[in-house]
This record gives sequence, structure tokens and C-alpha cells, in this order.
Amino acid sequence: MRGPLALEIGLARVAAGLSRLAGTGGGTTLPGKLLWKLDPSAVDRLAARLPRGSALVSATNGKTTTCAMAVEILEPSVRLAHNRAGANLVSGVATALVEARDAELGLFEVDEAALPEVASRLSPRAVLLGNLFRDQLDRYGELELLAGRWRQLARDLPPEAVLVANGDDPQLGEIAMERPGSVVFGLDDPRHASPTLQHAADSKWCVRCGTPYDYAAAYIGHLGDYRCPACGHARPALDVVGREIELNGLESASFELLTPEGSRRVELGVPGLYNVYNAVAAAALARALGTPLDSIQAGLQGFSAAFGRFERIAIGDRQLLTLLIKNPAGANEVVRTLVAGGAPSLLLVALNDEIADGRDVSWIWDVDFEPLLGRLERLIATGERAAELALRFKYAGLPENAIEVVPSLEAALDRGLELTPPAGELTALPTYTAMLALRDLVARRGFVKPYWEEAA
Amino acid sequence: MRLVVGHLFPDYLNIYADRGNIAVLTQRAAWRGHELEVRPLGADDRVRPGEHDLFYVGGGQDREQELIAPALAALGPALNEAVERGAAALAVCGGYQLFGHFYRDQSGDELPGVGLLPLYTVAGERRMIGDVLLECELEPGEPRTLAGFENHAGRTVLEEGAEPLGRVVAGFGNDGESGYEGCRSGRVLGTYLHGPLLPRNPWLADWLLAQALAHRTGGEPPELEPLPDELEGEAHAVSADRARSRGGRY
Repeated sequence: MRGPLALEIGLARVAAGLSRLAGTGGGTTLPGKLLWKLDPSAVDRLAARLPRGSALVSATNGKTTTCAMAVEILEPSVRLAHNRAGANLVSGVATALVEARDAELGLFEVDEAALPEVASRLSPRAVLLGNLFRDQLDRYGELELLAGRWRQLARDLPPEAVLVANGDDPQLGEIAMERPGSVVFGLDDPRHASPTLQHAADSKWCVRCGTPYDYAAAYIGHLGDYRCPACGHARPALDVVGREIELNGLESASFELLTPEGSRRVELGVPGLYNVYNAVAAAALARALGTPLDSIQAGLQGFSAAFGRFERIAIGDRQLLTLLIKNPAGANEVVRTLVAGGAPSLLLVALNDEIADGRDVSWIWDVDFEPLLGRLERLIATGERAAELALRFKYAGLPENAIEVVPSLEAALDRGLELTPPAGELTALPTYTAMLALRDLVARRGFVKPYWEEAA
Repeated sequence: MRLVVGHLFPDYLNIYADRGNIAVLTQRAAWRGHELEVRPLGADDRVRPGEHDLFYVGGGQDREQELIAPALAALGPALNEAVERGAAALAVCGGYQLFGHFYRDQSGDELPGVGLLPLYTVAGERRMIGDVLLECELEPGEPRTLAGFENHAGRTVLEEGAEPLGRVVAGFGNDGESGYEGCRSGRVLGTYLHGPLLPRNPWLADWLLAQALAHRTGGEPPELEPLPDELEGEAHAVSADRARSRGGRY
């Protein structure tokens, strides 16, 4: 069925309002789902009305933060349509399109598997490919299949579209090399390289010939400066580079952003090497959309944190620090950043196994939690798979009497706050749905607004 | 006592947290006063007769399986000899497929197997993904359950007379229709179950350790001292519930 667009949009907006009134959520995907049912092609036509087109951002790790950083950069100069709160399937993008009344540019975070469909419908002017790590194999299938679909997507993009890709990821560097005019970004600061490839590194074998890569520097998982000793396949030349990186524990990071137009020192209000990657990615995308370097610098420096990724919430006289974990590569960086900031002695880890978390929880065994054990005195294991999580730490060598299994998130939060001294901070590492639930709990106690009102 | 584990191609076959299985074997041996030494086995290594008490091989994606299958198959004769001398083995997922005679992938190419288990595997159209619960009886009169997670496109066919590892209570199993999962031949076990398998099924870790000890001493598998397994029991119960409520569905 193909209906009159204005009527369809009206119906979808009413649906969003009803969803919020009914208290069933933020209406972050319902209008889009409805529109999709009414007329799938309405999504294409809505996107075509954006005078400055659309840009898409996808990655296994960091897509929400990268997108939020790009919003911060672009918002002062252009009216944006963007999907809030990580509603990143076709329905979430459609909802953002329905609700954006006078937007000029669409900026959408898109799920890795949904990217080909969204790209073919929106005909974007820029697509950012951030990284590919093993993640939710139960949902996405094998990494190679996803990489293959992205490769096809890059081939199918309209000729005027700009591909922005992380050259430090061998799979994505290869895709960028196939498409002349691509913008390639990456890091150059071997002082921050890992001494060895992490256990969870994925694309360790040459994408062309299968020989293990030699790494001049490996930054996060398999991201780095690689070269195949057999066939010579290597990281492409970088157009946008993060270098001279300084990491300040759990507080902040800074780096020099080098572009063909010049360089700027960027002081980030968020910590960790992974956020430097996100910032360089956002900068490369903004540049591809024609943003001047000064605006890029100002936007990145004004960024605080994307929802639940690195968030401090005051609860009475204590603080809750929430760091989302969802796959080995991302969780390893969270652990690395925590250790750099002086690892906590009390830790709450919440493991759920809903579809959005991954129903297969085996990934927790690929995370290098071990560097936390030196200072960890008490672990509160919570969530639907609390016992499995407790086993992960037990077999890593944490004494059983240092582990409390509290499956109820609410009870676990209370227990964690009880063990936190006044003016102290409780560190929580939740998986995605556990993060939403934890935030909801805190919101109901009046300490934070519901996610659809403020999340970026 | 000192036990030696040969971990086959750990850099390539480790997709479903296989190191969790190794951690459980190592710790449960240590808690009984035994030292487990894990030696990686790759393309340039040899399997010396009598050296290893237990072999472990984990899962990999199609690309990794392709990269190492010929090198693994080249170790086949030495592995078969080791097993004939009483070494034990656990093969999970991709490693399970390669422990059979061959694996035929979606494009029709055949990867050679090591032939330790009487089976072969052919890639199917739909992946079988979800929680699994099995009933098995490795020792007569001692029925047990195994809970785990499966994710495979391969359909594994056991040869006539081959012994499965267990009966599927919930989940897909070897091929989604036979009602059986895994394969057992003496002290060699193969299964699609990861999760990883051993943390939530500690009795199987202990069974493997007992077989490895029997190989080392040349005697019967010993009774191992029981350990407090409350957390393991809880994790098993949750995993088993997941299989009953949502296993075996496309």
C-alpha cells in the first residue's frame, strides 16, 4: 500500500504520543514500525525530503558515542534529524524521520546488520564504517558475513556519496581501498599500542591471503597499523589522524587531530583510547560533510558522554558510574580505562541475556577482566545470568567469598550503594538491557530523567 | 600429578570463549593438587607419543576453519595414535566438525578432518542457534545433564553404530532432527555445545580430568574429591531453563 505521506506521518506521530502516554516507553520505534507497516517506501520518500541528505554511522563499538559527538559538532550549524536512545534499526530511523519536522540533515546511528537496508533506502551522502568486532554471533552470525555485506553496500553506494572508514581495521581498510575518494581515519601513536594482540582480536589474518598480520602497533583488538608479511596488504594512508594522545585515567583524554586542512589539539571530556577513536571518527565524518576544523574541535570539546556509556549519576551523597559492556573488545577497553584510573575495590557487574544483550553469554569469557582482580575486594554479580558471571570471576581466581550473587538488579544496586562509603563512587558495568533497567531504577528514584527525554 | 593438555590451534579456534573451558580444567585440577600444563599445538608442532593426556580443540568461523584444516588433518595420524594409547579429547563446535571425516561447506568445498570421530558434517541453509539441554550417560548408571549454547550451520551425521554424546531434551543437536547431539568414542568427546561448556557442567570437566589422570597413571580413572559447586549448579539451572523455554527454534 502506498498512502498519502502527510496522513501516514500524522498517524505515526499520534502513535508515538500514545506510546508515551501509556508509559510503555519513549515511542522511539513505534511510529517508525507503524509507518513501515503502512508503507515501507514512505521511509525513502521522507528521507528524500531532507534538503542536505543523510549520513549514516555504523560500527560494532562506539556508534552511539560517535554519533553523539557528530551531533555536538553539527548541531550549531544545521538542523538535524537523528535517532535518539540507540533506536538504530530501520524502525528507529523511520521514527526519527517522522518526528523531524524541519530538519535539514539526517544523522543516523545504524545497527551493523541493518546498515545495508537503511543505506539502500536513504541514499546517504556519507557513510561511516567504524569497526567490526565479534559481537552477538547468535544474532549477526559470523563476522565475515557481515564484512561481506558491508563490502557490497560500499559498492552499491551512489557515486557522489562519501565513504568514511577506519583504516586501522583491516576489513574496513580493504573496503575503503576499493572505493577511490574514501576518507580513511586512524590513530598514530605507538606509545598507546598493546604489547601483544588481545585475546579477543578478530581479523588477525590477512583479508587477502590469510597470513597473520605483522602489527607495528595494535591499539584496540585488531585495530592498528598492520601489514601482511606475505602479500603486502597494509593499512591504507590515513586522511584524518589522531596522534600525540594523552590519556588521563577515568577523567579525560586529549589528542592532536591531523587533517589535510591542518591540525588542532582536542581536549575531550571523556576518557579512554576508545573515545579517541570515536572522536577521530566523528571528526572525519563531519569533515566529509563540509564542517570547518574549528567547529569540529569546538564540538568535540563540548561533548560530555553518551547515555550509559560513561555516565556519572549522583544518588544522594554517593555517585554511580555506569560503563556499558557488550562484547569482548569494548569491555576490554572499559577494563583498561578503569585500571588506568585506579581500579575499584568494589564492582557491580550486570549480565542479562535478552536479544539486545546477546542470548549467548559466552563472550564474558573472552573479556580480559583479570587486570581488575589485583584491587577487587568485592564483586556484586547481578542480572539474569548473575551466576554465570560469578563463575567467570571465580575461575579467574577471585575467592568465592568475595563474590555476592544478587540476580535482582534493584537489590544489587542497593547492596552496592550500601557498601559504598559516603561521597564515594559505585562502579557498575551493565550489559545493554541491564543498563536500561539500571537507569530506569535510578530515574524512578528521581535522580535522572527517563531516557527518551534526554539521551543523545 | 602433572597433566599435559594439547590445545590445538588456540589462535584460530577460539570463537566461543574456549579459554573458559581451559580455565575450568586448570583450576579444578589445581584444587585437587594436580598441575595442568597447557601446550599450544600449531602447524609447526609435533605430537610426540605419550606426551599429552588430554587434547582440546575449540570453535572457529568458516574462514579460520579453512585456514587450519589441512594442518590439523596432518596431525591426524599422531592424534589417532595418542588416543589409541588412552589420551582423552574434547572437541567443541568447529573443532568437533573437524574431528570427523570431513566438513563440506556451503560452497561445496570439502575440508579434511582428523577422523577421530565416526561422523561427517555438511553445511546447511539455516543456522541452528540457541540454548540446548542434553541427557547423557557417559558412565553406566550415572545419568547426567549438559546445558549449553549452539550456533552452527553444519549438519553432523553420525555413522551407523556411532555413539552420540547425549539425547536432546531441548535444542537442535547434531542436525536438528535426529534427536541426538555430539559424539563419543571412548575417551574422545565432540559436541556443538559452548557457553563455554565446562563452567556450567563441572561434572564433565571432572570426567575429562579423571580420564587424563588414567592416561598418565596407566590405571583406572580415579574418583575425584568433590568440590563446592553451588555457583556452577545455579548457572546450570538457569542455562537449562533457557533451553527448555527457548531452545531449538529458528
